[in-house]
Amino acid sequence: MTIFEAILLTIVTASTPLLLAALGELVVERAGVLNLGVEGMMVMGAACGFAGAVTFDSTIAGILCGILAGMVLALVFAIAVLGLAVNQVAAGLALTILGLGLSGLIGQPFVGAQRDVIAHLSLPVLTDLPVVGRLFFGQDAFVYISLAATIAVAWFLMRNRAGLSLRAIGENQGSAHALGLPVIKTRLIAILFGGAMAGLAGVYLSLVYTRFWSPGMTAGRGWIAVALVVFAGWRPGVLLIGAYLFGAATVLQLHAQAAGFGLPSQALAALPYLATIVALVLLSLRRKGATAAPGSLGQPFAPDR
Amino acid sequence: MRIELLPRRNISPVARILAPLAALAVSFLIGGLILAAMGRSPVGAFDVYVVQSLSDAWALQQLALKATPLVIIAVGLSFCFRANLWNIGAEGQYVVGALCGGWVALVTHGSDAGVWVLPAMLLAGIVGGALWALIAAGLKVAFGVSEILTSLMLVYVAEYWLDYLVRGPWRDPKGFNFPQTVTFDPSATLPMLGGDLTLHAGVAIAVVVVVAAAFILRFSLFGYRLRVTGEAPRAARFAGFSPAATALAVFAISGGLAGLAGVIEVSGSIGQLKPSISPGYGFTAIIVAFLGRLDPIGILVASLAMALTILGGEAAQIALRVPFDFTRAFQGILLIAILVADSLVTYRLRISAGRRAVA
Repeated sequence: MTIFEAILLTIVTASTPLLLAALGELVVERAGVLNLGVEGMMVMGAACGFAGAVTFDSTIAGILCGILAGMVLALVFAIAVLGLAVNQVAAGLALTILGLGLSGLIGQPFVGAQRDVIAHLSLPVLTDLPVVGRLFFGQDAFVYISLAATIAVAWFLMRNRAGLSLRAIGENQGSAHALGLPVIKTRLIAILFGGAMAGLAGVYLSLVYTRFWSPGMTAGRGWIAVALVVFAGWRPGVLLIGAYLFGAATVLQLHAQAAGFGLPSQALAALPYLATIVALVLLSLRRKGATAAPGSLGQPFAPDR
Repeated sequence: MRIELLPRRNISPVARILAPLAALAVSFLIGGLILAAMGRSPVGAFDVYVVQSLSDAWALQQLALKATPLVIIAVGLSFCFRANLWNIGAEGQYVVGALCGGWVALVTHGSDAGVWVLPAMLLAGIVGGALWALIAAGLKVAFGVSEILTSLMLVYVAEYWLDYLVRGPWRDPKGFNFPQTVTFDPSATLPMLGGDLTLHAGVAIAVVVVVAAAFILRFSLFGYRLRVTGEAPRAARFAGFSPAATALAVFAISGGLAGLAGVIEVSGSIGQLKPSISPGYGFTAIIVAFLGRLDPIGILVASLAMALTILGGEAAQIALRVPFDFTRAFQGILLIAILVADSLVTYRLRISAGRRAVA
């Protein structure tokens, strides 16, 4: 395997958790809910996924635990913002703080443990093709799941009746409610889906990306996922490109650190965060004021008022 | 089953005051359950967290010292949150404030600059924190970029910046390779309040900040403008209140105060710069602001309650081997509980069987 191939492979690995978490958040925001707790759900997914995998000595069990952890946290959020009309920004922050703390407690007994490499796809002939073989036919299952999920979400939102009503609810909750669309129920399902995807993204971090658990290991990736949704203009296709561009930037920054360009390592480590800011600015320049954000994003909904 | 929220006609002031207390009580209950699940005695933990942390004069002064950065940052954040603007990056503004103030201390290190060092440090910290916050506010005003995301991303940038400086150019050459600067001169260290007190002057500054903010928010036109902007943005525009000017002003205030808290912490309690100058004060202050209902006096009380969890958390780390993450989890639970309690004060919850008939 050449260095070039290795870099391409690591880019896929770095992009996949961003794509998974951002896809979930995209659906949530399209339903009109702003859940800023992605970082918290993701880190819980990482901790519970790793704890589950080690405890039951099974990757599948780990994945299930991680997804469940993300969903439980998402449920807390849903009860607060849907049931009690709590401010969504504040509730999302609370979720992040709670997730960071709880994940530290849950992960503590597992600090120092390590998991084996997860099996990658291996097809005769195809995987052995030069350059493209490993890239297209030699990834781990999560990568294919994330790509399939992107297509599924795009299809669901644009070509499916339920997806259409989800978008209507996000665009104008009042009208959607008047039409008899189930605002609360749709949002509940969307939030739980977002939690599951963030949890899965966390599982990927601890079971594939690092293969160990360390506190706060998401390091702001959940927030970057939220930014990616804005960056993508709430479109799954653009989100895919954005996540891979971002993953590429992260990996190249690591290689730049290793090569030592005379820049301090901290400056390079800060790059992904600066890049997020720059990307958001460039995007708004292009859009000139008119945002593509769902109309009811972030507004609490209380019927009969 | 369906759940309905009915707005309450008249909200009793007693309920308003009791809501945060109820949230605290519920959080203690859930926290106790978590501790029990971890195999620790909740009663013993309560003793370590609360009773011992409040038991003697020394402990109470520690409490005031821990509450100082929290109250200063949270008062600043309340200006933002009142205007419905979300500065989530106070942690970064705190760090940059500490950096700027620390820079003054380092360049005057060993000189005879004397009495002017400390005011210059405080000013540098305020300006640094304000400028850092204004990046996020400026981008919002100029380009409509979400201030939530930019202010938060800048936290990571600030932390890497601090890390670089204390490991690189600013490292104490005689510091046995520890990532830390020289210890600040006495002229760059906040004076003690005198008597037998172990409190530095930062505590007094915090009280001044609270009083000034309470006055501004209650009696000034600016305070009124914030309320209108937050509660009725359209009305504010008709009244000619510029949303851009308001955004810049509240971010400058909250960033400046976070920066001030940063200098106070490094020049008062720590005495030098190092990578770990904050146990997450900037994020905890968000909870303090809500717990104090975005009111300076309420925030003063809330900061003492929150300082107790930090202080107790540190004690529990040693005495009970409970990781500090427990404190963070507890704070998250507390924030959710406050938000829910507030909602229950504003709305009456009606749960009834059956589905809602579609009109």
